[in-house]
Amino acid sequence: MGKAFGAVAGVGAVGSLVAMKKSWDPLPSVKAAGFTTLDMSIYPEGELITEKWRGKPIFVLKKTAAMIAKQTESQKARDIVVGDAHFMLAIGLCTHLGCIPAYIPAEESFLCACHGGQFNWAGEVTKVPPPRAFDIPPFKIEGTKLVLGEVGPEYQKMKDSGITL
Amino acid sequence: MAHFTEATSVKDWLNQRLAIEKVEKVMASEYWIPKNINFLWAMGMVLAITFALLLVSGIFLLMYYQPDVRTAFYSVNYTIMRDVDFGWLWRHVHGVAASVVFLVIYIHMFTGIYYGSYKKGREMIWISGMLLFVTFSAEAFSGYMLPWGQMSYWAGMVITNIFSLGGLHLDGLVEWIRGDYVPAQAFLTRFFMLHVLLLPLAIMGLIGLHFATLRIPHVNNQDGEEIDFDAESKKYLAGDKAGSKVMRFANDFMSKDLMVVGFYLIFFFYLVFFQYGFALDPVNFDPADGLKTPAHIYPEWYFLWSYEILRPFSVNIGLIAFGFAQVIFMLLPFLDRSPNAIPASRRGAFSVWFWALLIDMIVLTAMGKLPPEGIFSTIGLVAALAFIVLWIALPFITMNEKKA
Ligand code: HEM
Ligand code: FES
Repeated sequence: MGKAFGAVAGVGAVGSLVAMKKSWDPLPSVKAAGFTTLDMSIYPEGELITEKWRGKPIFVLKKTAAMIAKQTESQKARDIVVGDAHFMLAIGLCTHLGCIPAYIPAEESFLCACHGGQFNWAGEVTKVPPPRAFDIPPFKIEGTKLVLGEVGPEYQKMKDSGITL
Repeated sequence: MAHFTEATSVKDWLNQRLAIEKVEKVMASEYWIPKNINFLWAMGMVLAITFALLLVSGIFLLMYYQPDVRTAFYSVNYTIMRDVDFGWLWRHVHGVAASVVFLVIYIHMFTGIYYGSYKKGREMIWISGMLLFVTFSAEAFSGYMLPWGQMSYWAGMVITNIFSLGGLHLDGLVEWIRGDYVPAQAFLTRFFMLHVLLLPLAIMGLIGLHFATLRIPHVNNQDGEEIDFDAESKKYLAGDKAGSKVMRFANDFMSKDLMVVGFYLIFFFYLVFFQYGFALDPVNFDPADGLKTPAHIYPEWYFLWSYEILRPFSVNIGLIAFGFAQVIFMLLPFLDRSPNAIPASRRGAFSVWFWALLIDMIVLTAMGKLPPEGIFSTIGLVAALAFIVLWIALPFITMNEKKA
C-alpha cells in the first residue's frame, strides 16, 4: 500500500518538476531571434564600435597596421580576417561576471570597472579576475559581410582549438 | 464527539471551539522570558515590525507597479513617485525598510554570537535564523530588479552569472534562470513573481519556524545562566514576582519590547522623511541599458562584505571563497566546540575572535564600496583571507576553552 502510494506520488512529483523546469526555459521566440548581419567594410581603423547580438554587446575593432604587425601567435589565432581587413571581434562582456569593459584608446586596452579586470586590444586578459580572453560569438564570413549566430569554418576552427568557448 | 455547552459569552463560545485561553497562555502570558536581558533582545520584535512595514508598503507599490521591461522604470519613477498621492511615501518606506532590516539583522546575529545563543538546545533557532537571512537576501535582490534601472540590470547580469560557477561554464543554467541570453522580459517577470509571492511566503513560513524553535529552549540571557523555567514560573505564579527570574512574554516583556520599537520607529521615519537617499542608488535612476555598464557597480551596503570576498581572487577561487562565506555562518553551532554558552567577554580567546570577525566584516564592507585599485585591493585581499582564517581557526580556539 505504502509502496503503491509512493510510486504514484513519485511519478506525479517527477512530472511536475519536468513541467516546472520547462516553463523556465527561454521561449522559442527568444531563441529564434538570434542572427545579426554586419557589413565589415564600413568600420574605421583603431576605433572600437559596439554592435548588438542576442541583447549582448559585440565589440568590433578594426586593427591598425601597427597592431597587425605586432601580433603574437596567440593573438593571430583570434584574428578575424575579412577581405584584407583584420578584426578583433568578440562578445563585449567581461568573462568574469559579465560587465561591459570600457575601451581606453590611449592604452589600447579594456578596463572592467566591476572587479578591476583588464584585457588588451586583442581581447586577451592582462589582469584577473577574468578567467579567459573575450568570448568570440559564432560567426560566418560571407564576402564582406559577417553573420553572427551562424557557425562558419573559421569559427569552427577557433572553437575546436579552444580559442573560444 | 466533544461536548459543547451553551456559551456564556463570546469568549466562552470561542474558547469551547478554539481553546483560545490555552493558546493565549502557551503563546503569551505563560511564555516565560528571563528578566536578565537588555534592549538587544528587542531586535527580533523590531525585525517583525520592519517586515510588516515592508509588507504593507509593498502591497501599495504593487497596485501601480508594472512588471514589463518597457514600462517598469516609468511606473516606479514616474507613476508611483509623482502621480500617485503619497506614492513616494510607500516607496521610501519600502526602500528604507529593505536597507535598515539588514542593519537590524546583523545586530541580531552578532548579539546571538556574543551571548552564545546558538548552543545548548538553541541550534535550531540559529539555523532557522540563517535561513531567514538567506531568503531575505534573495528577497532584497529580487526587489532590486523591479525598478529596471541601470543597477537593477547590471546587478541582475552579474549575480545570475555567478551560477555559471566559473570554470564549470554552466551557461545553460544561467540562461535557464534568466529565460533569455541576457536579463530581459522573462527575467523581470519571474523575479517579480519571486519578490511578491514565493519569497514573502517562504519568509512568513520561516518566521513561524523561528518562533517555534524559541518556544522550548526559551531565549538566552545576559549571563548565559541556565534557568529552570518550570521552577521560576511556579514561583512567579505563586505570587513571588520580584523573586522569580522570569516574567511573562505578554504584557510584561511586550511592553519593554514595544518601547524599543517606539524609539526605532522614530529613527526609522526620520530616515524615511529626511534621509531616504541612502536607500535609493542614484545610478538606478537611469533606465536599464544592456549596452552600457555603469562606471562603478557595487551591491547595496549589506552585500558588500561577501562581494569583497569574491572580488580579489581569480574567478574559481573567488567563487569558492564566496560560497564559503555564504554557508559558514550556518555551521556556527557546530564549529564552536566549547561547552560554554556565556558572553564572549568571559570566554578568553573567543572574545578576541568575536571582535576580530566584527571588525573584519566592517573592513570588508568598506573596501567593497571602494574601487578595486591599489591599496584598497590589498586591504580587501587581506581582510578576505582573514575572514576565512578566522572561521577555520574557530574550532581550534574553542576546543581548548576551559569549562566556566
Ligand atoms: C522581505 C522583505 C522585503 C524586502 C527586503 C524587499 C526589498 C525590496 C527592494 C530592495 C526593492 C527595490 C526598492 C526600490 O528601488 O524602490 C523592492 C521593491 C518592491 N517591492 Fe519589496 N521587499 C520586501 C517585501 C515585499 C513585499 C512583501 C511586497 C509585496 C507583496 C513587495 C513589493 C515590492 C514592489 C512592488 C517593489 C517595486 C517598486 C519599487 O521598486 O519601488 N516587497 N523591494
Ligand atoms: S565582471 Fe569584469 S572583473 Fe568582474
